[in-house]
Amino acid sequence: MEKVKVIVGLGSCGLAAGAGKVYDKLKAVHDAKILGFDLKKTSCIGMCYREPLVEVIDKSGSYLYGEVNEAKLEEILEKHIRNHEPIKEYVVKTEMFETADSSFFEGQVKIALRNCGYIDPESIEEYEAREGYKAIKSITENKLTPQDVIKTILDSGLRGRGGGGFPTGLKWKFANNNKADQKYIICNADEGDPGAFMDRSVLEGDPHSVLEGMTIGAFAIEASEGWIYCRAEYPLAIKRLNIAIEQARNRGYLGKDIFGIQGFNFDIHIKEGAGAFVCGEETALIASIEGQRGMPRKRPPFPAEAGLWRKPTNINNVETFANIPWIVNKGAAAYAAYGSERSKGTKVFALTGKIKHGGLVEVPMGVTINDIVFKLGGGITDDKKFKAVQLGGPSGGCIPEHLGHTIVDYDSVNATGAIMGSGGMVVMDETTCMVDIAKFFLNFTRKESCGKCTFCRVGTQRMLEILERITEGKGKESDIDTLQELAYQIKDSSLCGLGQTAPNPVLTTIKYFRNEYEAHIKDKKCPAKNCKPLLTYTIIPDLCTACMLCKKVCPSKAIDGEKKQPHFIRQADCIKCGACFSKCKFKAINVE
Amino acid sequence: MRITRIKKEKVVEESATVDLSLMDPIIEKYKFYKGNMIPLLQHTQELYGFIPRGAFLKLEKETNLTLSDMYGVASFYAQFRLKPVGKHIIKVCHGTACHVQNANVITEAIQEELGVKDGETTADGLFTLESVACLGCCSLAPVMMIGDETFGKLTEKSTREVIRNMREKEKGTPCKN
Ligand SMILES: Cc1cc2nc3c(=O)[nH]c(=O)nc-3n(C[C@H](O)[C@H](O)[C@H](O)COP(=O)(O)O)c2cc1C
Ligand code: FES
Repeated sequence: MEKVKVIVGLGSCGLAAGAGKVYDKLKAVHDAKILGFDLKKTSCIGMCYREPLVEVIDKSGSYLYGEVNEAKLEEILEKHIRNHEPIKEYVVKTEMFETADSSFFEGQVKIALRNCGYIDPESIEEYEAREGYKAIKSITENKLTPQDVIKTILDSGLRGRGGGGFPTGLKWKFANNNKADQKYIICNADEGDPGAFMDRSVLEGDPHSVLEGMTIGAFAIEASEGWIYCRAEYPLAIKRLNIAIEQARNRGYLGKDIFGIQGFNFDIHIKEGAGAFVCGEETALIASIEGQRGMPRKRPPFPAEAGLWRKPTNINNVETFANIPWIVNKGAAAYAAYGSERSKGTKVFALTGKIKHGGLVEVPMGVTINDIVFKLGGGITDDKKFKAVQLGGPSGGCIPEHLGHTIVDYDSVNATGAIMGSGGMVVMDETTCMVDIAKFFLNFTRKESCGKCTFCRVGTQRMLEILERITEGKGKESDIDTLQELAYQIKDSSLCGLGQTAPNPVLTTIKYFRNEYEAHIKDKKCPAKNCKPLLTYTIIPDLCTACMLCKKVCPSKAIDGEKKQPHFIRQADCIKCGACFSKCKFKAINVE
Repeated sequence: MRITRIKKEKVVEESATVDLSLMDPIIEKYKFYKGNMIPLLQHTQELYGFIPRGAFLKLEKETNLTLSDMYGVASFYAQFRLKPVGKHIIKVCHGTACHVQNANVITEAIQEELGVKDGETTADGLFTLESVACLGCCSLAPVMMIGDETFGKLTEKSTREVIRNMREKEKGTPCKN
């Protein structure tokens, strides 16, 4: 009889949720040979909200169990693995029956994530078993030229997934046209957008697809050296990349005259970032690999002419590279069959924030934001009211609920004032204050500005001061105008994308949530009840049971009250810390 | 602006316990590399948890790097520390997803537990509290990382528990507060 396979998801998110313990336990059972099954590892399948995930494959099919803890694991071992009876109520995904989570996968098309959660990322054999390294081999077999490859990528309509959306084929063509003794290809794995983890999941779940994508890129532009610039916060990704590179070298997939192509020498190195958002910008990234401070420089010359060590260089994002082998294998037309008019293929989104099914989804371009939030995402946590999604991180903007029908493609998202960005999609509900969000991003860009351009360096500081003032209830009527004026000046006078886009979060929130700004400024109120200095805490006498708890926790002794008498908050002494609100068990504290 | 990270501080005499000869193998390895400055600083920090003053001086003497260049780079990147850190570094995520899910409460709870502010180290040298932008586990927000271990779906209560447990484990070296 064929053995039952048990696969544990060991991506960063799984590990954080406790998958390591689950794996150890399974390993102990496995090694004790009490039960016969094969134990395997994989990475993130995208269902982060149900981590830790354990998949059991028996002869009837595959069953994915969610939120597996020790107790559940005992049951699964006993009922499913020993007695071959799947436990229906714990299954989150299977082809055998509908689950409460089935909607999460409906409409998803996995191209960049095709192997994530399906293979052991530390096994080159498993990658090869799923058409791995077939694309690069087909190039040799069919004697394709770099021009042929570039044409395929051009025809596929693939645009850069790092945020800019520049056609990848065109970029390769420029790099190919510049002749030099040495050229470089760089994979941007800096993933600076705080709140996005698509690239991490690809690197942790399917590192070979990125290596193969880079190798194909190297063939197309005739580069001999590759660099992966990976942020240091992703130790697991770096570890698995190192393993993958070693495996590829051992197979002769990296090195001299690879894939039987005379003179095709290519090897890949990893460069660990050192913590600077601006290093995601390509010229800053190059400076950082060269060992300098990550300061962007003027373009032209573009990296395609003079990049790393002044040699022609091509930079692409992780997800961009992960798409490449699929496109070469299946053809440009197959890829272009997905997507909208001017944005082809699929896009991976990291769905986070106030959303029920937070995780990683890959959808064809052209689906609507509502579809992603409500169908795949399952709607808003606690069924609160959907307010907006934030796309594009610190460079992007907020798209309000009434524009939920906007389709995700580069042009439609740009038309709202946000940007597609790298794929972070943070969902916000009625309790999220939009002024606070604008302040959050501006604080981020202010800290991360490299300091080269005055408008970016000083302007973001001034904008932040205004936003701080507004959230403290000290805003002036003229503040909104001043913010907008500063925003356009910063956009116009900054050298790199960081400054040119830093004001976007402020501009889009003013555009769609001006009333919230005005409530803060004119009425000194925060409609989302988020900005503490603008809140008033009072006790509702009818609900107060005089338990004295609030009086005890109040750090400023602002609460009066005796036993059996409703308590009372002295507003003059209240420091608005919210301690009474979170302690009260009877919902007797009102916040306004 | 990144320059604001530079604060004028008194020069603290480094304890004699910093054994600079540990750096010899990495200097040997990277000495003639193109673009060796960041790897050299990274590996130095790996050895000591921060970059001691003496290490900069040694690097200046034994490699092609200048003090001003190294200081420029070390103060530019968030990763580099110029001061000793605690035994455990607590990194609380303040990325967008965590911010929306109230990461501030987590930092405040830890500040209260340890009696230190963001960026500071407890007097007993056990804990350093830091804020970071995104640990890549956004769907488990709010998130923090201590050493190699990540803790997700935190609440004020579970955060305090984690910290108390760690302190319990370190018993015998009680914290300030
Ligand atoms: C401030 C700033 C930060 C950026 N951060 C990233 C990043 O983290 N990852 C990324 O792939 N691209 C980032 N980019 C975009 C890159 O500059 C570049 O356009 C991209 O890596 C090109 O790859 P693609 O064509 O495959 O998208 C950033 C750009 C700017 C201006
Ligand atoms: S925002 Fe906190 S882990 Fe990403």
